[in-house]
Amino acid sequence: MKYLSKLQAVLEGGHFAVTTEIGPPKHAGAHGLKYTAQILKDFVDAANITDNQTAIVRLSSIAAGVHLLANALEPVAQMTCRDRNRIAIQSDLLGAYSLGIRNLLCISGDHQQFGNHPTAKNVYDLDSIQLVNLMSRMRDEKKFFCGEEIKEYEPRFFIGAVANPFADPFEYRVDRLEKKIKAGAQFIQTQGVFDMERFERFMELVRARGLDQRAHILAGVIPLKSWRAAKFMQTQVAGMIVPDALVDRLKNAADPPSEGVAVCIEQIKYIRENIKGVHGVHIMAIAWEDIVPEIVKQAGLYPRPEVVLD
Amino acid sequence: MIIARQKNIKDIAAMVEDCEKVLLVGCAGCVTVCLSGGEKETEILASALRIMRKLAGKPLATSTYTATRQCDPEFLTPLDGLVGEADAIISLACGVGVQYLAEKYPDKWVVPAQDTLFAGGATEHGRWDEKCGLCGDCILHRTGGICPVIRCPKSILNGPCGGSQHGRCEIDKDVACAWQLIYDRMKALGRLQDLTAVQPLKDWSKARDGGPRKALREDLMAR
Ligand code: SF4
Ligand code: SF4
Repeated sequence: MKYLSKLQAVLEGGHFAVTTEIGPPKHAGAHGLKYTAQILKDFVDAANITDNQTAIVRLSSIAAGVHLLANALEPVAQMTCRDRNRIAIQSDLLGAYSLGIRNLLCISGDHQQFGNHPTAKNVYDLDSIQLVNLMSRMRDEKKFFCGEEIKEYEPRFFIGAVANPFADPFEYRVDRLEKKIKAGAQFIQTQGVFDMERFERFMELVRARGLDQRAHILAGVIPLKSWRAAKFMQTQVAGMIVPDALVDRLKNAADPPSEGVAVCIEQIKYIRENIKGVHGVHIMAIAWEDIVPEIVKQAGLYPRPEVVLD
Repeated sequence: MIIARQKNIKDIAAMVEDCEKVLLVGCAGCVTVCLSGGEKETEILASALRIMRKLAGKPLATSTYTATRQCDPEFLTPLDGLVGEADAIISLACGVGVQYLAEKYPDKWVVPAQDTLFAGGATEHGRWDEKCGLCGDCILHRTGGICPVIRCPKSILNGPCGGSQHGRCEIDKDVACAWQLIYDRMKALGRLQDLTAVQPLKDWSKARDGGPRKALREDLMAR
């Protein structure tokens, strides 16, 4: 088996994968990325680099990915549909591949109204499912979106997408996941899981349709530093369910950040031991990336498996 | 119909600041229905402008006319006798009407009194909602009669996105998630199966992206 990336090798080798997320800086300096890559490289299999997350301008996902590569951390570049039309997307895909990026995550992207350019003109020429579909076509059929042949050096990405079990309509979430897999998604990262009961119900439906056999599902977890952070997630972030009990637990904690870490570790262990069909975790430590090694170690996920790529 | 909304009166006044006589032209079409540019609104705007200018010590003379439709040249002919002394024409029609007037009277300063908003309809008295983005390639037969191109802020054809919760769109709790509506309706119609297909890319060349469009009906054209 020839793997496209280390992440693919870990997942297809049957290991429980660990990915994380890095938000690039709001400036043109790469030192922070290099520093974060050094800290994380031995503890995760790959790191997502957000693509102008919440529509706030940041160093480009692809450029940031190249900095991670140079520092021995495998990137998962994110590609939003918000900012590019089909011409720019394909051009960036060719560029990313030429620079050594092998994992790509397709997302629609947060609406620009949430970001620092709310008066921007958005694009949304295609949606995330169409993007997955077209990327797998570029790789497997060697064709541009228009149907024209890619004569040589077609981009060969390990293709990812996201799923949110906490958005509505609930029953349609699994249909939509199936659509993404049908379109060619090979791995799926979920929205941060706080409501275990709902996540279990979601995974039950996923397993009933065998979707966990057709794609690798990584459950999202988010370590929280304070009850305010939990409250913010609960009330201000679209498509999130955060139980009151968790908010209270952090509120009553003597040391909220370490309580937040403890919660996250419990969640990972619970998911790994009890929820079948989950093939890894995606740790989103928003602006708290240096806590990730601690979580990975304490969750019993260190050392990471060695994989060989040819 | 086309929904428009009057600009702030200060902004309209500023456009004709250096004029002494203006002609205000209303339209009896869409903008009358959405109560922003019909005969009544034209008269009100004219007197408001006169009062403002009088208070400023720089009186303004106004005349008014309301065309049956400003987007049809035949209804503009009566204006020929009225534009004469006006320093400017203020159009209360949609952007089409403003452009028709500017084209018909090339030596006149023609300004818009309204912001042309969208193609929509009344949902309750005093409220109009956008329903169609005039994309030139209607897909309503695939989405249960609810338009995702315009009613989903991300124009997702394979929705709903991860921000949809409790039937509301992630951008605003006041906005219904178009894809929740589509899902509910398709479910009620027993057609959920239709939503499992991966929808192809949209052909935007039929929309404005293909340049200004024209519609021809050769059977109606003079030979
Ligand atoms: S699909 Fe196009 S034509 Fe049909 S309602 Fe939507 S925007 Fe209008
Ligand atoms: S919440 Fe619904 S309407 Fe809003 S952007 Fe997402 S899919 Fe579109």
